Amino acid sequence: MVELFVAKAGDIADRDRCVVVEGDLEIGVFRLGDDFFAWENNCPHMGGPVCQGKVMNRVNEVLDDGKKSHGFEFVEADVHIICPWHGFEFNIRTGVHPGEANTRLTQYEVVVRGEDIYVRT
Amino acid sequence: MSEDYKRTYSQIDDWSDSRELLANARKQANQRNFDDVFIVDIDSHISDGGAWPEIMDLVEDPVIRDAASAFGDGSKRGAFLNHTPGLQWQNVWGRIPHGQGLKEPVEDTDVPRDVVLVRKSIDQMGLDYQVVFPNALLFLGMHPVPEMEVHLATAYNRWLVERILPEDPRIRAMLYLPFNNPEAAEATVKRFLGKPGVAGFLVTSSRHKPVHSNEYMRLYAMLEEAGQVLGFHTHLNWQDEYTSQLNRFISMHAISFVLCNLVHLTNWVINGLPERFPKLKVMWIESGIAWLSFAMQRLDHEYMMRTSEAPLLKKLPSEYMRDMFYTSQPMERSNEALLAATMEGISANSQMLYASDWPHWDFDLPSVIWDLPFLDENAKRNILGYNAARVFDLEIPERYSKVAAE
Repeated sequence: MVELFVAKAGDIADRDRCVVVEGDLEIGVFRLGDDFFAWENNCPHMGGPVCQGKVMNRVNEVLDDGKKSHGFEFVEADVHIICPWHGFEFNIRTGVHPGEANTRLTQYEVVVRGEDIYVRT
Repeated sequence: MSEDYKRTYSQIDDWSDSRELLANARKQANQRNFDDVFIVDIDSHISDGGAWPEIMDLVEDPVIRDAASAFGDGSKRGAFLNHTPGLQWQNVWGRIPHGQGLKEPVEDTDVPRDVVLVRKSIDQMGLDYQVVFPNALLFLGMHPVPEMEVHLATAYNRWLVERILPEDPRIRAMLYLPFNNPEAAEATVKRFLGKPGVAGFLVTSSRHKPVHSNEYMRLYAMLEEAGQVLGFHTHLNWQDEYTSQLNRFISMHAISFVLCNLVHLTNWVINGLPERFPKLKVMWIESGIAWLSFAMQRLDHEYMMRTSEAPLLKKLPSEYMRDMFYTSQPMERSNEALLAATMEGISANSQMLYASDWPHWDFDLPSVIWDLPFLDENAKRNILGYNAARVFDLEIPERYSKVAAE
């Protein structure tokens, strides 16, 4: 097992990421508040650089009690990373695609020591 | 990957270098040793509107050429184009940056910007040839001013032949046929046939002229005689009565990009055009392939009961369809068994040609073909390159010692 230094915690902004490289392996380490999550920079769809995509919240469609649609809303609790190749979205906390639970990112362990963020490969 | 490019691993946005965006494509090519695989991309797109003023200078009607200056605050940018809102929705509202066109800065000014961008994708994907087609012309068949199709298409064809294709022998183009004017389409074939880099001729499928109209027979005969490919390239049409009911781009794209080619293919087969022009190489581009199993079964089913309505046919519609050619993208592959059956149904081993559709939002890499578990290596090599070499009479570089069986 190898432990890679990623960054100082303060150097990764909330809802941002830092991609580290070890040989052919690329890992994106994301920050959501005080939590960190590490995912392989390799989309399960076609191998795109998923961790280099845009961060956006999950979109929900608003229905009233009569099942009528009233447009869209962002869900603040669900933050997604979106693969820039084809738009596949993944929940940054779980690595799971919002529309198909078996489509998910490959996870790596994050280690926080004080201000230093590491990822184990 | 170009040796002088150093990756940044930063967030990819509208202005990112496409070598960064396609770095994982190069990695896939290395992992699969694509440098040993002959690969032809039959359909990619030039998306740079920046060249439009230069193209407008090649309009041959002096009045129209002069009038182009009235557009774009005098810059001629976007002059006379009839784009529909759909193209502005392709990036899923900012989620897929390249879906809105490549905006990256290009430092090399020795060649046109589009040549630089095409070379980058060729290198990153591991291609030997890339056939390009301009975004700007995809909807031109629906232009409200019919003669504008001839003006703009001729100018663009000239620009491709005179300015782009001479720069790199790996770049090829299927030229736009101004199909709403059959005589102009014939003139296009006569004028550009045999020009270096011209791979074939193409009809954009968003249009309302039936392909079996008698006025096209001379054009088809010309193309057949010349051994040229006639491609039908799909596109959206959100204004049709049925598609206008679709309120989301996902719905319109899924249906509209198939519907136009489904109509044209049905007319092509049922009116017996394969019998009238048995040697004409007809290719259906960018509708994916899932629709083909439907069309084969549906047309066969009805043909057996209504044979008198299609008297020119001497065999089942599906048998004619197996003689035609299909590009692979966008390859629907969520159900592998259905995909395998469809590929078997269309004789993909000899009739399918790989296409990327780069840089559009639903592009496919060569790995999509290479990684299919149900194909043997010969079939993969045929679909990725050798079928294209045969159909388009492309020279295969000597380094490829292994030639796939047809």
